[in-house]
Amino acid sequence: MSETWLTIILLSAVTYVLKGLGPILLGDRRLPTRLTRLADDLPAPLLAALVAISTFTAGTDWTLDARAVGLVAAGIALWKKLPFVVVVIVAAAATALARAL
Amino acid sequence: MPSHDIERNRIVRQALSIAVAVTPFGLAFGLTARNAGLGLGEAMGFSTLVFTGSAQFAAVSVLADGGTALTAILAGALLNLRSLAFGVALAPFLGGPLRFRIAASHLMIDEAAAVGMAQQSPANRRFGYLAGGIAVFVLWNASTAVGVLFLGAMGDVVTDAGIDATIPAAFLALLWPRLSNARQRIMALGGAIVALAGVPVLPPGLPIVVAGAAVALGTRRSGR
Repeated sequence: MSETWLTIILLSAVTYVLKGLGPILLGDRRLPTRLTRLADDLPAPLLAALVAISTFTAGTDWTLDARAVGLVAAGIALWKKLPFVVVVIVAAAATALARAL
Repeated sequence: MPSHDIERNRIVRQALSIAVAVTPFGLAFGLTARNAGLGLGEAMGFSTLVFTGSAQFAAVSVLADGGTALTAILAGALLNLRSLAFGVALAPFLGGPLRFRIAASHLMIDEAAAVGMAQQSPANRRFGYLAGGIAVFVLWNASTAVGVLFLGAMGDVVTDAGIDATIPAAFLALLWPRLSNARQRIMALGGAIVALAGVPVLPPGLPIVVAGAAVALGTRRSGR
């Protein structure tokens, strides 16, 4: 089996267990508070790590290119409370503009 | 009764808007998958079977950078720990036969959970979760296919149009609501710094995992 399909099958299995643990197994019972708090805390650093890596790196190197302009534009759009789809379009447009200049 | 129908229509509109909003992300995933050398079947395999945006991106980036399946799975799985929290939060509204709970669990993604938790009554939370989940599932898979088949063929046009910048923008948009909380802001900053510091020295995918784990455990230990 290819590395890609191995990833798809095992990752979907692990993901499904995480998705279904609450609805299928627990029902109304609760997880230990510690564990749910940890799960609550993970998204912020994980998403920020994804933002940083998808903007400021290429392979194993740090980079600073037009994507940074797009990210700043996205931040301004979010601060102006524009909808998700507009934020994404603004980021793409700003990046394209920075590349064209 | 009319007020009930009006309420349901409002929820369906919410579900559809969030699904449309996710579409550029699906296009970008299709493109990313294609650029990473994945075929249509593999890209669709990710979108139908794994069905969680950020984990799909993380896993495909790890593979594209030459990482192993194990690292890709670890990166994706750690990103998905939040589905566990959503599942626990929504479980009380998703009761019913085991068959239903098994099927409904597959839709446990950020957007479905958000639409569900935004409603007032338990019945509407269930309805909102299912509406959001189904709408996103359909458009996510359709846009993945379009991304692989059509955007990929355009190659440079896509980069010139800045479509590659939609990925960080979408991650930022998902992160944004959490940044209004001071503690989460500090954790986000910490996560970004740890991840960037790890990039030159750690195998692909691991910096994200280390950033999440280090910051979440660190703030917990320091008693927030």
